[in-house]
Amino acid sequence: MSTQTSGLAIETAGLVKTFGGTRAVDGVDLAVPAGTVYGVLGPNGAGKTTTVRMLATLLRPDSGEAHVFGHDIVREADEVRGRVSLTGQYASVDEDLTGTENLVLLARLLGHRKPPARTRAAQLLEAFGLTDAAGKQVKHYSGGMRRRIDIAASILNTPDLLFLDEPTTGLDPRSRNQVWDIVRAVVAQGTTVLLTTQYLDEADQLASRIAVIDRGKVIAEGTKGELKASVGAGSVHLRLRDPGQRPLAADLLRRALDAQVQTEADPVALTARLTTAAGNDTAAEQAARALSALARGGITVDNFSLGQPSLDEVFLALTGHDTQQPRSGSDTSRDPKDEVAA
Amino acid sequence: MSTTTTTESGELAPVRTDSLAELLVAEERPPRPSAWSASLTFGWRAILKIKHVPEQLFDVTAFPIMMVLMYTYLFGGALAGSPKEYIQFLLPGILVMSVVMITMYTGVSVNTDIEKGVFDRFRSLPIWRPSTMVGYLLGDALRYTIASVVMLTVGMILGYRADGGVAGVLVGIALLVLFSFAFSWIWTMFGLMLRTEKSVMGVSMMVIFPLTFLSNVFVDPRTMPGWLQAFVNNSPVTHLASAVRGLMAGDWPADEIAWTLGWSGLFVAVFGPITMRLYNRK
Repeated sequence: MSTQTSGLAIETAGLVKTFGGTRAVDGVDLAVPAGTVYGVLGPNGAGKTTTVRMLATLLRPDSGEAHVFGHDIVREADEVRGRVSLTGQYASVDEDLTGTENLVLLARLLGHRKPPARTRAAQLLEAFGLTDAAGKQVKHYSGGMRRRIDIAASILNTPDLLFLDEPTTGLDPRSRNQVWDIVRAVVAQGTTVLLTTQYLDEADQLASRIAVIDRGKVIAEGTKGELKASVGAGSVHLRLRDPGQRPLAADLLRRALDAQVQTEADPVALTARLTTAAGNDTAAEQAARALSALARGGITVDNFSLGQPSLDEVFLALTGHDTQQPRSGSDTSRDPKDEVAA
Repeated sequence: MSTTTTTESGELAPVRTDSLAELLVAEERPPRPSAWSASLTFGWRAILKIKHVPEQLFDVTAFPIMMVLMYTYLFGGALAGSPKEYIQFLLPGILVMSVVMITMYTGVSVNTDIEKGVFDRFRSLPIWRPSTMVGYLLGDALRYTIASVVMLTVGMILGYRADGGVAGVLVGIALLVLFSFAFSWIWTMFGLMLRTEKSVMGVSMMVIFPLTFLSNVFVDPRTMPGWLQAFVNNSPVTHLASAVRGLMAGDWPADEIAWTLGWSGLFVAVFGPITMRLYNRK
């Protein structure tokens, strides 16, 4: 039964969880190497949280198997709980208690005696820059502070495996960068981190391997490089001076880059999705080629930018539908893009 | 993310990753806490919540005072000739009735608390599983003790005299608190089973009113019709009220105490496992 020797922190096979008639997780296979940050990337409702909750022993899978450090998550749930920590999507601390009380409470539940529990709580609050807020009830904390106290609560005992379920959703960029620093510090000490996120750049910044999950299934898995190669190198966004030149510009771009070109709702805007299949050029080289092709064609470009592949683009490339479509089709503020694909 | 945000993240001190790294160097983990120690820690959590929101003690102070005053003066003249004479009979009973009624709030607080993210953390800890629920009930035991002391004080002001002395009163209250702890497992079950706070409240009322009123708290059951006597004489609340009444009067009603302990054991044995099953499945 023990798969300890494989060096995997998590190993799942055919994990399924159904709620009512919906298969929230529909046969997920994961192999997470120990000591790394593993990113699980997907839109809302893809089944990320359900997967994490099963692995953290909070939900029982309907079928399939999962082992955490070789321990079966159902039959050996207690062993699993001894080695993992969970930071949920919503603050997993008691909002009515103060920062200090929360950490002391949890330290006591982990078996620390009172004086060491207090010391550990004070040290963590200090390291997380929360000393000033230590005596305040968590319900008065800002979003960034909540995430910090939440992560602090997860590392009272340094866990072997830390689940971070969308740790930066709803945070401002500065708080987000600080959470990233914390994650890097945690993994540098040997803890394995399973990170779920909706943001490709977050997975890009932190994870060494990424699984893309959609509608309960893993639709792509690999290193960052492999995944990006499968998706394309990014996009060139252009704004022309003359809307009348747009059809010609689209045509030139398509020929110069062998790429899909989209016209945007804005009559002067164009986006070309780069592919790595167009030779071994970097995205910048391809962009340069595109610009010179347009210049030769006599087209005036007002504005130009080179974008990383977005999660939307990853999804479009991998599934043929965008992230808004599956279960949260509420966002209609952006017009669907007209495909001008070749 | 939240409407109660009052502190801007702009003024947040930076994260100190160097000291964080030091803290993360894995030390040997302490041994897991015992079942009792984990339960006590959750009891401490309940007490901290009372400290932060003292208004929640309203139901163990104002409500019991109201109960004593209301029933003493409402029924006293008619049932015993005068309120002063009636309270000698009523006080232990109304004490039992009020505290058993107050146990009902356990279900509501479990129901609202369980939806919060912190329960995910509790449930992913390697601790004795029932300790979360036992902790609630330990915190509640403190509330029941407060209610008992408040009612006894009001009763003594109105003329109640406990012939059993301090010892009789203490054992009586201890028995009441113990029974309430055991009885509360019904509420933890409903708190986990029902979906909304309101439905928990509704079901609780349906259970608690017949159970407390159909007892010997207000009057001697011999005045009741036979079919009702059959229910009342076998109700756990009647056994408890008789036991507490006897203890406070200086007797040792061994039968009634045994019945009360038996019922307490039964409540824990039946509703404890159901509660834990629901808790694990939530």
